[in-house]
Amino acid sequence: MEYKLSPMGDQSILIELGNTIDLATHDIVQHVVTCLDSMDHAWIIEYIPAFTSITVIYDPVQVLEIEANPFKSPYHIVANIIEEQIQQIAVLETKKQRTIEIPVLYGGEYGPDISIVAEHNHLTIEEVISFHTAGEYTVYMIGFAPGFPYIGGLPKRIATPRKTTPRSVTPARSVGIAGEQTGVYSIESPGGWQVIGRTPLELFQPNDPEPTLLQTGDKIKFKSVTKEVYDHLEAKLC
Amino acid sequence: MLKIIKPGLLTTVQDLGRTGYRHHGVVSSGAMDRNAHRIANWLVGNNESNATLEMTLMGPIIEVQEDALVAITGADLSPTIFGKPIANNRPIFLKKGSIIHFDRMKRGCRAYLAIGGGINVPKVMNSRSTDLRAKLGGYHGRSLVAEDILYIRKYSEHTKHTISHLRNQANQIDDFYQADWSVGRVSKIDNTYPIRVMKGRQFDWFTKESQASLVNKQFRITAASNRMGYRLDGNKLSQLKSQEMISEAVRFGTVQVPSDGNPIVLMADSQTTGGYPKIAEVATVDLSRLAQKKPGDMIDFTWITHKEAEQLLIKQEREMKQLLVGVQLRSYR
Repeated sequence: MEYKLSPMGDQSILIELGNTIDLATHDIVQHVVTCLDSMDHAWIIEYIPAFTSITVIYDPVQVLEIEANPFKSPYHIVANIIEEQIQQIAVLETKKQRTIEIPVLYGGEYGPDISIVAEHNHLTIEEVISFHTAGEYTVYMIGFAPGFPYIGGLPKRIATPRKTTPRSVTPARSVGIAGEQTGVYSIESPGGWQVIGRTPLELFQPNDPEPTLLQTGDKIKFKSVTKEVYDHLEAKLC
Repeated sequence: MLKIIKPGLLTTVQDLGRTGYRHHGVVSSGAMDRNAHRIANWLVGNNESNATLEMTLMGPIIEVQEDALVAITGADLSPTIFGKPIANNRPIFLKKGSIIHFDRMKRGCRAYLAIGGGINVPKVMNSRSTDLRAKLGGYHGRSLVAEDILYIRKYSEHTKHTISHLRNQANQIDDFYQADWSVGRVSKIDNTYPIRVMKGRQFDWFTKESQASLVNKQFRITAASNRMGYRLDGNKLSQLKSQEMISEAVRFGTVQVPSDGNPIVLMADSQTTGGYPKIAEVATVDLSRLAQKKPGDMIDFTWITHKEAEQLLIKQEREMKQLLVGVQLRSYR
């Protein structure tokens, strides 16, 4: 496994694990996340996995207090410890991946842009739905907004460019397409994604012990549901 | 209990930030000037992680509806109680019914009001900080408005001691009584030297001229700046060639450069990840000074090495620790 460590400011270290957005790099990121999960150092504040890297945020003062070592800077102490851990990753074991099914009511008032996606790709609306539900998706990263997943795996047949003028408000739980990405808005926010449907599931609930529905590494299946099922699920979840 | 009579320009509940949830895309938030926030808490006998009020540029008017111990740090918002000026950087005992009147800032950008016990708002994801964009934490996830009521948490022994000590010294007729000591040097806003930065992860993506001009030319903080980031102008930075960056983590202090060439310094409400190249990272020791700059102010940067930034931070934390011990000794003398 190849990696490169570099500082990002005086309290973070960035572990670079690749330079392309793909499943193979994503799997390596997940291996290292599993490895970091097993580290129990009080000076690790948190870490942020991304497409090709993980950034570990640490407390340099605590590093010096706990790992007393007069010859090295906090960064070098942290880099050494992380390096030793990464090198011990012999068998590439990843956290057990979860598969999460996301019910979606496609089209209509909740998916106003589905006809744009259909026209752009010379498909019928039904074909757009069947391509979207057939995709095998992976959450590469959570970012941009609380619980907002960057999802890879959209079938190229339904890839569609962003809207030229972004909407000032896209409702929470909207399912959209932007280029070759698909995603679900976790909170209401402005955005230029083509909105093709909506899920009754909440992606972000700040008062829950696990505040986001999705985590980096999750596998996703979208499932088309009727208005009745959607309304039933939404009522049950509220 | 505190009652907001006038909210000021932007007054929010903040603490040291929301940590441990950035991998969920949740921003840290927290006090922009962490040092001022910490010192305000120490002066009233609180743990530094208690919630304070962050007040921006134009201060609020607040009625104290019970006897209270407060301290104000950071920017100078010319605070008065019934027309009598009160000083920053010292514990002040207030009698029930006192009204603190903050004005337009004279110096700095953000002041902090700590109250003995700390502000009692529920913790959301382990923090009382207000996240304005996600509308969570703090007081109902928003900045304060008139008629808001803030409750106070239980006093520490230190707070109880300071209150009884200052109450004994107050006259029957005084509305308030200020301690006869204050904290000095560490809490002063010092603009006499540049903001120190380290090379960012994509420093090499920029032209030699842009690398040099980041520190040789001045930038202005534009009006489109807020707690998420300071947008700078006055000096466009260009890349050697156009290349797409794969999004990675960013944080408080990251200097990123979008395609228009005008840098943005990310602040306390920084998003968790970003896709613009990062030319520099502000040294943690200078984040409090940066937080006291306001739209219209000029910024100078200067390069320091990563090692220097680490050493400065360690030295600053040693001084902060000494300051805390000093405050505790003064309070119990």
